Amino acid sequence: MSSLLAVVGGILLVGGTAFLLFGAIGLVRMPDAYNRLQAGTKTTTLGTLLSLAGVACLHPEWALKLLLIGIFLLFTNPLSSQVLARAAHRIGVKKAPQTVVDRLEEDLAEKDLGARP
Amino acid sequence: MADVLVYLAATLAGVAFVLALIRFILGPSSADRIIAFDSLTIISITGIVLVALAEGRGIYLDVALVYALLSFLGVIVVARYIERGF
Amino acid sequence: MTPMLIGMSLLLAVTMVVAGVLATRPSQALSISILAAGLVSLLASVQFLLLAAPDVAMTEAAIGSGLTTFLFFFVLGRIRGGDRD
Repeated sequence: MSSLLAVVGGILLVGGTAFLLFGAIGLVRMPDAYNRLQAGTKTTTLGTLLSLAGVACLHPEWALKLLLIGIFLLFTNPLSSQVLARAAHRIGVKKAPQTVVDRLEEDLAEKDLGARP
Repeated sequence: MADVLVYLAATLAGVAFVLALIRFILGPSSADRIIAFDSLTIISITGIVLVALAEGRGIYLDVALVYALLSFLGVIVVARYIERGF
Repeated sequence: MTPMLIGMSLLLAVTMVVAGVLATRPSQALSISILAAGLVSLLASVQFLLLAAPDVAMTEAAIGSGLTTFLFFFVLGRIRGGDRD
């Protein structure tokens, strides 16, 4: 029974770190800063949460602390990625030719159009 | 069985750390380097949890919590700085 | 120390050297230099953890990375205006 839990924990741990690796590969290979942000923050959030779940299966007595770290990461990580994306947009980081959708630009143009008359 | 999986997980996290470091060195703009910094710190949180698992000491998880808090604070501060100069 | 922890320590040491070189490079924005110096402090705290000193690691993470980076950016935002960054 406990060995089954250990194997499940190990598999979750390897899956989580595999997500970290995929995110890092995306961080190297994506063409511009916005795509790198997408690859670098979302996959690492899921990867870290899966790894914490795996360690919680391996050591069930640490589960409360690991849950605390997981909840903290779940709240702060998307927040920091959003702040970073807005900062990158505001200092005018260039888009790659493959990046075509820019909703923030459209919103700002719309607001300018509405404020002018 | 589980030990082998823990070793494999540490290797994967190490490779991910090296790749994020490559982006931190290359990154053409400031935003790329800040993104790489964010990824590096999140990968090292997993590294701290793996160290706690290898040493078998639960007190190391407190360090992981403080580390997560401070890396988040650093990213927020630098993003706010490059956005409008504090 | 198991081989896994020794490998992790070596990787962290190499990363700290690279981040230190990056912090002293003159041809980049000042904010990235401060961020690289903060990265050196953060990784130093993981090294202290590998040497089985969690209290020192927590202090290093709080003072060396958090407070110093925050203070540098705060002061830099206050005195900005004359020169470029």
